[in-house]
Amino acid sequence: MTNLDVSPNRTPTPTPPPKSPIERGAPRVSKLGPVAWGQKNLFNSWFNSILTVVLLLLIGNFVIGTLLWVFSEAQWAVVTDNFGQFMSGLYPPEAYWRIWSMLGIIFLMAGLTWGLLARHQKKLLNQPVLIGLGAIALFAVVLPLTQPHVLNLIVCLGLLVGMALAGQVIGRKIPMAAQLISLGWFLSYFAVLYLLNGGEVRASFLYLVSRVVLSLLVGWQLSQRVSIPALPPWLTKIGLFAAGVVITYLILWYLPYTIPGLDFGIDNVRTSKWGGLTLTLLLAVSGIVLCFPLGILLALGRRSKLPVLRGFSVAYIELIRGVPLISILFMGQVLIPLFLPEGTRPDRIVRAVIGLTMFSAAYLAENIRAGLQAIPQGQTEAAQSLGLNKTLTTLLIVLPQAIKIAIPAIVGQFISLFQDTTLLSIVGLLEMLKMTRNLLVGASYSGDYVEAFLFIALIYWIFCYAMSYGSQRIEAALNTDLR
Amino acid sequence: MTQSEMPRLNVERSMTPRDRSGNEAVIVAQDVHKWYDNGFHVLKGVSMNVYKGEVVVVMGPSGSGKSTFIRTFNALEPYQEGSIAIDGIPIAHDLKDIEAVRREVGMVFQQFNLFPHLTVLKNVTLAPLWVRRWPQGKAEEIAMRLLERVGIAEQAQKFPGQLSGGQQQRVAIARSLAMQPKVMLFDEPTSALDPEMVREVLDVMRNLANDGMTMVCVTHEVGFAKEVADRVVLMDGGVLVEENTPDAFFNNPKEERSQAFLSQIL
Amino acid sequence: MVQKTAKPLPRFKALLRDERFWQVALQIIVFIAVVATFYYLYGNLKAKGQAEFDLGFLQNTAGFPMSDNILGYQPTNSYAKIMQAGVINSFRVVIVGIILATIVGITAGVASFSTNWLLQKISRVYVGLMRNVPLLLQLIFWYTAVFRATPNADNQIVFPDEALSWVVISNKGIRLPGPSFPNELWVGIILLVLALLLGGLLWRSANMFRLGRFGAGIGGWLSRGVNVAIIVAVVITDYFLLFSNSAEDRLYFTGAVPAFVGSPQGLWVLALMGLAAGLVYVWKLRTQAMLTRGEDGNLLLGMMGAIALATAAIIIFAFGWKTPVIVPNGAEGGLPITMEYAAVVTGLTFYTGAFIAEIVRAGIQSVSRGQWEAARSLGLSNSKAMQLVVFPQSLQVIIPPLNSEFANLAKNSSLAIAVGYQDLYSVAYTSLNQSGRAIEVIAVMMGTYLLINLLISINMNQLNAVFQVKGR
Repeated sequence: MTNLDVSPNRTPTPTPPPKSPIERGAPRVSKLGPVAWGQKNLFNSWFNSILTVVLLLLIGNFVIGTLLWVFSEAQWAVVTDNFGQFMSGLYPPEAYWRIWSMLGIIFLMAGLTWGLLARHQKKLLNQPVLIGLGAIALFAVVLPLTQPHVLNLIVCLGLLVGMALAGQVIGRKIPMAAQLISLGWFLSYFAVLYLLNGGEVRASFLYLVSRVVLSLLVGWQLSQRVSIPALPPWLTKIGLFAAGVVITYLILWYLPYTIPGLDFGIDNVRTSKWGGLTLTLLLAVSGIVLCFPLGILLALGRRSKLPVLRGFSVAYIELIRGVPLISILFMGQVLIPLFLPEGTRPDRIVRAVIGLTMFSAAYLAENIRAGLQAIPQGQTEAAQSLGLNKTLTTLLIVLPQAIKIAIPAIVGQFISLFQDTTLLSIVGLLEMLKMTRNLLVGASYSGDYVEAFLFIALIYWIFCYAMSYGSQRIEAALNTDLR
Repeated sequence: MTQSEMPRLNVERSMTPRDRSGNEAVIVAQDVHKWYDNGFHVLKGVSMNVYKGEVVVVMGPSGSGKSTFIRTFNALEPYQEGSIAIDGIPIAHDLKDIEAVRREVGMVFQQFNLFPHLTVLKNVTLAPLWVRRWPQGKAEEIAMRLLERVGIAEQAQKFPGQLSGGQQQRVAIARSLAMQPKVMLFDEPTSALDPEMVREVLDVMRNLANDGMTMVCVTHEVGFAKEVADRVVLMDGGVLVEENTPDAFFNNPKEERSQAFLSQIL
Repeated sequence: MVQKTAKPLPRFKALLRDERFWQVALQIIVFIAVVATFYYLYGNLKAKGQAEFDLGFLQNTAGFPMSDNILGYQPTNSYAKIMQAGVINSFRVVIVGIILATIVGITAGVASFSTNWLLQKISRVYVGLMRNVPLLLQLIFWYTAVFRATPNADNQIVFPDEALSWVVISNKGIRLPGPSFPNELWVGIILLVLALLLGGLLWRSANMFRLGRFGAGIGGWLSRGVNVAIIVAVVITDYFLLFSNSAEDRLYFTGAVPAFVGSPQGLWVLALMGLAAGLVYVWKLRTQAMLTRGEDGNLLLGMMGAIALATAAIIIFAFGWKTPVIVPNGAEGGLPITMEYAAVVTGLTFYTGAFIAEIVRAGIQSVSRGQWEAARSLGLSNSKAMQLVVFPQSLQVIIPPLNSEFANLAKNSSLAIAVGYQDLYSVAYTSLNQSGRAIEVIAVMMGTYLLINLLISINMNQLNAVFQVKGR
């Protein structure tokens, strides 16, 4: 340390010679012992000391009292007896295998996605991951709540890990796999929907979507691989594509009805019986996924220079964002049947999803608009100067970047949407909150409302906290990515 | 075909002028006027012809409209009066014409403007795949050749954010060249670079010029202008002040504004 | 190379390739599509006989009770009156909620910077808990598990003791010491707040004319027209809110000014508002003095102290405080607070407070360390640095998100229906069921919420403009 005193009257004091490394000693990381730490952080001023004492008394009382109550007085029967209802509403217990299958599909896809995303990681199952998995397995075995279902939970965890490892292998061998995984999730959504609903396979939504996807695939492959020299190339491509799509679709559509014995399926479970956490998740996921097309259009419309487009977009966004969600959901339940032709009575869940979708689209539009604004003008200029037209520029350059920037905000929106599904209890849907209130009406559990509410509060808290933690991780990963 | 035999068109697709060596004009700009939205008259009747194989350097003080002028050549900036034609195709309101023009004109920006979410290779192959509709094999082959030409082939799988400024600008040049344009525009390509990287980019540009590419460069690099340019043009206040060979311009500027400008930068 | 087709293009084809054509055509197509959709939906509505939009039903008798109302509503009154009572109820929750949530939020936000580790962690735990549990669940929990779980009237909780019953809590309600304001005065205060918020709208429109901030062309004239309409509408509405003297005619309440002038407490409240305005003005003077002339501002601080004392004196002595009185079956008097109201306000306060705490924390953090260091290295003490340098800058980061939090609180107040508090949404819901006029009721309700949202957002924007540091 040199002496910086530059006044002319002082002879500068000589700087001492630097100590040898051994003399200087290694830097000391000071670890405060508990007493010292307490002095530094809790009792560092007289105000803080009093405050600490008061807080400790209050908190201590509260925490100990709660713990005592939780473990001795609380009647947890309302939770343990009705666990099935909390999870899946009034779903018939004999069909619970379908709920477990849904869970299995989700874990399978999640594992596959995890493996594909981490395909460049050398060791997937490193220490933190193993510890986390082990802890979850331990909880599952130990908690009285989950004990009856331990086998199923272990199978699910096994699926997760197994598919993750498989995903890594697949990801390294087949580069296209990362794009196909989105298609996988898309189909899984309908598979889950089918499992919930039941009915004949040939009449289900899942089969419809599969038909469409297969027809498009066949048409596309046909137009790529076959060529008819006699016709101009563009006519061949379009003709073959259309022919492939139409013929495949018609075959797939009519075939199951002409061949006898293809009317298999599972029992139909009416939507009025769907409920609990299953319904909550279904509503939230449907809302956030379905709102993307409309949300993107609105975001682009709001940024457009054309007054009509901008006017409509602004009007929609400000209208929807200016009213409470409950009024939109209520409007959905009451007005949608009125506005549709006589005779169509869409399902309550469909009406709820429409309301959630319209609501989320407005918020998504604002999130994407923020992303769009963050993209420098130079990106569109570069794309245009390369000859890309407006559509291609938006699809290939602008939107991918905007959505990437908006991902943290979008995850936050999903967390809010997940919490907002509780509002559907006011309009009569049987999601987790309404299910709980229904259970508490019965005489046997009417006094146990604290236990029941604490339980579902815990479930909501776990989901939301996990999602916001995941969002922070995604944000960090993206920041290093975009650097 | 004489003047009187030319068909009357509703859009002007006239014969292209030629210079003394018989080279056709790739860019024909006549009496171009442009006003900004706030009424500012940024281009005041500028005319310029750029012939095939020429390297034109445009210089001028900031705010002189030089960037705006060259950005009218690929329809990034609209203009209100006058006419501009690239390779015979007029730039007006016709969408197909504008698309055709943009295919034939490449542009390199001061801020590089590489697409951060795509690899270097994908940055270069994007336009040929989607605009020229080349098959993937052909696009990638040409892209790799261009990346080698600008000296950056080993970075093909990296993302722009992982490259230095000089490397990014060279990728930007390769990206524009992939479309096999007839003319390349450079808008202050080295102004955002650290001094040690300016040289590598100028080297690439010099090689490009030697290979016969028609180039219009807005730059402050006097050395480059003296070495490579066929013509130096000075713009000031939205007007084309002086136009001459580099020797004549730098040693013997005719106009007073040219002398003032040169005294500032030399 | 000189290819280019020497054929003239047919006019139609040339049109299709003109970008100006598509700019207009696209708008026309979208416009037609949207209008056609609305027309189709309207057609369906008409086929079901629901298509008349007739607000006349508002004069019909409502016929259902409202337990918690200060307008004196009776079931024999009309829908119009119960709607107004619903709006007043919403305002009671929103105004108190915003004030309390801001206090809680600022406290928790500042506490997260405390030097006391325990306090810091408690603040973080509070925020992490409240933000991740749905609001509706919290509201229902507060209502059933806390407020309704209080003992019944025979075992009511009295604080501090039987003789001095300041606070009485039983499951019939909470009674606090309350100023002896007549009901009209309470309503008058709410109407005054509403009138001031509308005044913000007026101010903004007037400013737009004063500064000439209109775009060119049709858009500009449209904007001018809209702003003129706003000014006229606000003036008329404010007139009714402030001066209405009728109790039955159109508005079922006495306007703010007659309410204030008509009772001695009202005049004291007016004096209080004057003092508050004075306090803000003196504070502004002091900050200016400290910044521009480097004065200590002690004289002005003394003035502020005097004003504060006067305010306290008025509040304590002039308001005629009445404490609840124990009677055989409970208590009477004082300020009655229903359990429903308490649950809604508490739930909203703690939920929104957590979000505001996050905003405050981010705001204070956003002022870079460099500012602190610069201020301290200039010799300013910690508190002066906070007051003069850090706080004003963090305000400009805090206020914009506060805007949306307040708007969210106003919208979330509609959840009151779940605990039985009759706010605007609850009243609209029941009215719709009773009268069957779905479109009209929904339109009125949504329109009111839109208006509340607009009021909050415009006034917060004006506040924001006051605190913005001018950029380039």
